[in-house]
Amino acid sequence: MATAADVSNVSTGRISSPLSILGAIWGSYFFRKFLRALATIFIVTTIIFFLVRLLPGNPIEIYVNQLVVTYGLPVHEAKDQAAALFAIDLEQPVILQYFSYLQNLARGNFGQSVLSPGTTVTEVILRFLPWTLFSVGLGLLISFTIGVLFGVIMAYRRDSYLDHGLTVLSSVISSVPDFLIGLLIVVWLGVQWKILPIAAMRGAYSSGMVPGLNLEFFLDAFFHGALPISTYVLTSVGFWMLSMKSNTISTLGEDYVTIAKARGLKEWRITTAYVGRNAILPLFTILTIRIGFVVGGSLLVEQIFEYGGIGRMLGQAINQRDYTLMQGIFLIITFSVIFANFFADVLYGWLDPRIKLQDN
Amino acid sequence: MTAQLVEDQQTDSILVSAWKGFRTFVRLLAYNRVGFVGFLVVIFMILLSYAGPLFIELDTKTKIDRIYITPTLEHPLGTDHQGRDIWSQIVNGGKDVIYVAFLAALISTVIAVVFGTLSGFIGGWMDSAIMSVTDIILTIPQFPLLAVLAAFISLNSLTLLGILMGLLNWPTLLRALRAQALSLKQRDFIEAARALDLGVWHIVLRELVPNMMPYIVVSFALGMTFAVYQQAGLVFLGLVPISAGNWSVMIQLAWVRGAIFYKDSVWYIMAPIVAIAILQLAIISMTRSLELVFNPRLRASE
Repeated sequence: MATAADVSNVSTGRISSPLSILGAIWGSYFFRKFLRALATIFIVTTIIFFLVRLLPGNPIEIYVNQLVVTYGLPVHEAKDQAAALFAIDLEQPVILQYFSYLQNLARGNFGQSVLSPGTTVTEVILRFLPWTLFSVGLGLLISFTIGVLFGVIMAYRRDSYLDHGLTVLSSVISSVPDFLIGLLIVVWLGVQWKILPIAAMRGAYSSGMVPGLNLEFFLDAFFHGALPISTYVLTSVGFWMLSMKSNTISTLGEDYVTIAKARGLKEWRITTAYVGRNAILPLFTILTIRIGFVVGGSLLVEQIFEYGGIGRMLGQAINQRDYTLMQGIFLIITFSVIFANFFADVLYGWLDPRIKLQDN
Repeated sequence: MTAQLVEDQQTDSILVSAWKGFRTFVRLLAYNRVGFVGFLVVIFMILLSYAGPLFIELDTKTKIDRIYITPTLEHPLGTDHQGRDIWSQIVNGGKDVIYVAFLAALISTVIAVVFGTLSGFIGGWMDSAIMSVTDIILTIPQFPLLAVLAAFISLNSLTLLGILMGLLNWPTLLRALRAQALSLKQRDFIEAARALDLGVWHIVLRELVPNMMPYIVVSFALGMTFAVYQQAGLVFLGLVPISAGNWSVMIQLAWVRGAIFYKDSVWYIMAPIVAIAILQLAIISMTRSLELVFNPRLRASE
């Protein structure tokens, strides 16, 4: 990084030199974030390739052996079948296999499900991923909004009953694992008190529904998504509240807030434009960590509510050791998180221009 | 707050100073009420899980006529789907959970402390390298990764599970500890130590780490809560072979046997959930007191 910066410094004399343009691109905040996202994708895919292909007792070996031993297939035929399923040509040297594996991934070819041959992994992903993106995304958005609003209120009404009550409540709820909160909802609201029709709320939408852009379908989707979304909101809202509260308190002590008050600005304007805006910025760095956490939690939460999302499919694939499905879903979940992180980074850099310079 | 907590330093016999040290310890511990209660609950949970099994034996006999009975004197928490006592399962089921969480937290905290302080203190290319790796691992959703790995590597021992979780959980802790090392680096006493040319290892081990102890302890506690969450989740997905009863296994069994759908089985499902929730809450509350105890500025009489 240092050399690139030197290069661009040297070439400032001739503005249009290709080196300086390269230096400018290299020095760009977004470009570096983009490179990091690519590096992460590369590392994750490589780890998965080695797990699936090279580890002793890896699923491909097991699958081939199984075909040979139980069905009496000749070895080359068994290998052909495995190659078709995993989208890997087993006859090639490993390094070439690795490249063709990357090529296939880039084309969106994740192979076929081991247990239900004929179903491509991509089909499964396209069918179930949108529901997880919908529920996790909405859950994060709602909890972020509520958390930020209440965090500011708590900071302004420090040591009030509201502040103490919310602090205790949010620390208690955040210490219970999210899927256990989901289990509590099923046990108490669903079974013991019979407030919610949990059996009818399973799946991503009701069975007779035809997905489409109409109000009826939207309402149905919200009805089925309500429980997972509420669980994500309940378990992460306290975190946002407490972070926003402490950020707001430290921002309130800043000189520019005092000066804004001295200038006689309206209280509302100080709260939104001066305090709130600055206090909310550090939350974006935490957002990048929370996204991965909530997506991880969805794997368990969707299982509990039997929601029709990708997390539940991953759980099933892992349980049945459907390795191709497992590999594909894990990769797509990771890509989604990486993309979400990149998006959060870009948003952060746009909201707080200082960060672009500081990172250099 | 600091002034009233700090004891006057005097030259006393070892016994007296040890007693004074202990008194300071208890006073610092009890200073924050929430933290003190958390500490007592954690101690109680550890005693219950490690000493309890000596007195209360795990009930393994199936009694078909006593399925899902509600609490009585004989069965303080009722019975499960095979008529076995739930209280005995709770007492015997904490050991594994605490052991795995402790092991995982130990490994991840050691990694985070070593590389976090080096990264923050030395800086330069070492910092960029460590932070790039950390950021990349942090982006991969931890729990799905753990679940996928658990499917490839058959986790047949709790120690292996603890080690695996420990090797994955350090990035969050490392970032927090690096931030602390960065801010401590600017302080005068570190400047002074550098001016005296005391050497990197001396400064890190004798100056930096003692002053980071409060944060290290908090990281350790957070590491334990991550590990409790993850092992409960992995067991719930059926990825860890179920050997003996522990709280996570109880939840999984209650779920698989459909215990959540009966009116009388609510004790069976609630007991392990409440046990895990109390443990998590107590560990998090305890950190408030441990922060004070491990703050070297507040421990004058040592």
